[in-house]
Formats: sequence, C-alpha cells, structure tokens
Amino acid sequence: MKANREWIIKGIALAVWAGVLVSSGIAFAQHRQYKEAVVLGAGVVDVRTLGDYFEPLKGTTNDCNIYILDSGVPGGTLLIMGAVHAEEPATNLAAQLIVENASATTGRIIVAIHENRSGSTVTRPGDAYPQFFTIETDWGEKKFRMGDRWANPLDSWPDPETYVHYPSGQLLAYMDVRNMNRTWPGRPNGSLAERTSYAFMRLIEEEGVDLTIDLHEAELEYPIIGTIVAHQGALDVAAMVSMMLTAQEFTIGMEISPLALHGLSHREIGDFSDSPCILLEAPEPFLDRVRGVTDEALLLTGQDEFVMKAGEHGLLYWPIDENGWPIDIRVARHVRTIEKITELWTRFHPDEAMVVAGFPTYNEMVELGVGHFFHDPSTVSQDRVAFE
Amino acid sequence: MTIMIVYYAITAFFGAVLFWNFVKSKDVQKAILYLVILMPFVLRVFRLK
Ligand SMILES: [Zn+2]
Repeated sequence: MKANREWIIKGIALAVWAGVLVSSGIAFAQHRQYKEAVVLGAGVVDVRTLGDYFEPLKGTTNDCNIYILDSGVPGGTLLIMGAVHAEEPATNLAAQLIVENASATTGRIIVAIHENRSGSTVTRPGDAYPQFFTIETDWGEKKFRMGDRWANPLDSWPDPETYVHYPSGQLLAYMDVRNMNRTWPGRPNGSLAERTSYAFMRLIEEEGVDLTIDLHEAELEYPIIGTIVAHQGALDVAAMVSMMLTAQEFTIGMEISPLALHGLSHREIGDFSDSPCILLEAPEPFLDRVRGVTDEALLLTGQDEFVMKAGEHGLLYWPIDENGWPIDIRVARHVRTIEKITELWTRFHPDEAMVVAGFPTYNEMVELGVGHFFHDPSTVSQDRVAFE
Repeated sequence: MTIMIVYYAITAFFGAVLFWNFVKSKDVQKAILYLVILMPFVLRVFRLK
C-alpha cells in the first residue's frame, strides 16, 4: 500500500516535471530559432556572411550576415558592428535601422547586425530577462530577440578555469572566453568568440576597412557610459565628435582606449589591423544591478525608480530621472554619433572619405520613434529581405 | 570539439544516474529533488539550454 502511494506521488511529480521540461524546452528552442526579418534598404548592394572571410565559420551560429552598402564612388570603408553584447538591444536596432535606411554616397559602409549571433540565442532566465521585445512600427509590431553578453554555452562549452587572452597572455574571467569584447584579435582555432573575432579581422583586412565602430550599451553604475572610447588611431575624430555633439546636440564623453587592457575591440582591432576602432556606449538602465522588475517595459523605457534612487545617492556615473532612457533616444544617440563620425573622418581623411545619406535625424528618431524607420517585410520582394 | 563531446557524455551519464536514483529512492521528497536537479542536465543533453 505504502509502495503504491509512493509511486503515485512519483508519477505525478514526473508528469509535472515533464510538463515543465517540455514547455521550457519549447520556449528556449523558439527563441533560439526565431529570425528577425531585415528589409534591405536601397543602399545595400550585397549581403555576404562572415564565413565568406573565414571558411570554418560557414554555416555555424556565428556565420552572421554582412551587409555591404557601396556607393560605387571610391573612398573610405566603414565597418559598423552591432549587438556584440546581445543584451544591449539599442545596438542591434541601430545597426538594423542603418541597413534598412542608409546608403553611402562616397565610399562604403559594411554592417554586421549581430556580431556575436550566438549571444542573441540565449538570455538570462536567472536574471528574469525577457526572451523577446517588440517595437511599434507604422505597420504593426516588429519582434526582436533579446540576448546575453556571452555566446550561448550550447555553441561554446565548456569554459576554461581561467581564460588566457591570446596573444597577450592576460588572465581574464572564465566566461569571458565567450565574450566577444574580450576575444579580439582572436585566433583561428580558439573558442567560438575567438574564431568570430578572427573572422572579423580577416574581413577588415580583405575589405580594406579604414574605420571600425563597435556599438554597446552599459549600466549607469558603470563608469564607461554615454561615451566614445577610441583607439589612438582615431583620437582626433573621436575628440572632435564628442566636442561637437556635446556643444550642439547631446552630451557624449570621450575616453582613450587603455594600452594595457587586452581583448577589447577599441584596443586590439586598431593594433592588429589598419583600421582604428571606436566604441560607442549608450545608457541602458535595464543592465543596472539595482534595477527593479526586469521586464520588456524596462528594456524599452529605461525607467526605473530603484536606479533613480541610486542616482540620488550619487552611485551612478550617468544622470537619470523619471523619463528614464527610452530605446528611441539610445538608438538615436548611436545612429547620430555614427553619422557625425563619418563626417569628421572625411574631414580628417579626405582620401578615405565616407559620405552617407538616408540617416534619420536625431529628432526624427526620438519624436517618431525608431519603429517608424523599420519597413514592412511583407510589402517588399522577398529577395530584399534578409534574416538575422 | 572533443572536449565538448566528452562533456555531453558526462552530462548524459549524470542525467542517467540521477534518473536511476529517482526510480530507486524510497523517500518521495528526495525523489522529487532528484527530478529538479535532473532538469538542467536533460535540457543540456537535448541542446535546449
Ligand atoms: Zn557591451
């Protein structure tokens, strides 16, 4: 009798367990397989993939799309990399918005929307991250994957005890072997993130990239925020952009990439290629550890009373009030800063001119919302739609 | 790559042991605990999480 009761309870527990397993498994798989539709703007002349520059990456999770916006007029080549940290959604949106709207009139723009695609196929359930977020557009809702700072362990596992950065030998935290802003310049036989960095270095070399821009967002508790971090090869441009934008449009700081901090894009890309790298940071209260409810609303509005409270106590490096830091402003900051960088780069390097068109203005993005600039994939010919 | 396969094999082994413990255990509370612990092992072996 007792054994019978034991098996009934065990059976119920097993059924509940299987239910949880199946439902969560389906949710995880749906997130991992969801594809964001990108409408190719008139400026896009070719869509390649990262594997075209490093064969072993072909067909893997990180074989991301590489969008080529070519003016046909000789000039400089700009590489823009979005979502290296896929939990920084304004970077994904800024890169997509550029692919859908911008073009080059002199030189070329090359865009990677998901620099570390694997990181966008996993979130942090333990931190209550939402799996998706949606942006209101003129034609309905557009759904995006939320991601994580690190590549998915399903693609890169196990981690080492300590991550030894190549080639500097600097010791870093174990999980940063999956953090693509710690694996530059990469190596062909390393971890997935190291191989992806290596592939981007080959792209930079093969395409003759003159300047690389790496997009990020950061928590307000982090000192490197609302700023431009520049390799010494682009200090003049970065300083001028920071001064002009701060004086005329919005506050943005400028920092010099530390010489001894290894693995970061703004250090290694410039040191190991002919392209200096500029990293942009926008404020994302969603990432603050003192935040309240971690949901899609916080991700999109950047409004949080706990982060505000931390600000009142002087614990933040960036201001915040009840208006928060909405996604439209964060994307607008990135898009406008990129446009300004091309303007100043062209002034300092006339032989590597990058003249761009089709960038919405900062005020348009803030007032109309970034969703206004995403196009309906169902109304264009299917060969003008790419999937991320 | 080889290391990754070995890790999956280890995960599958521990998953199997945990399930066997669940079946064998006379203490219902412990059995349920085995199930809870088993969850991440199964999700990883099926490459879901
Ligand atoms: Zn980042």
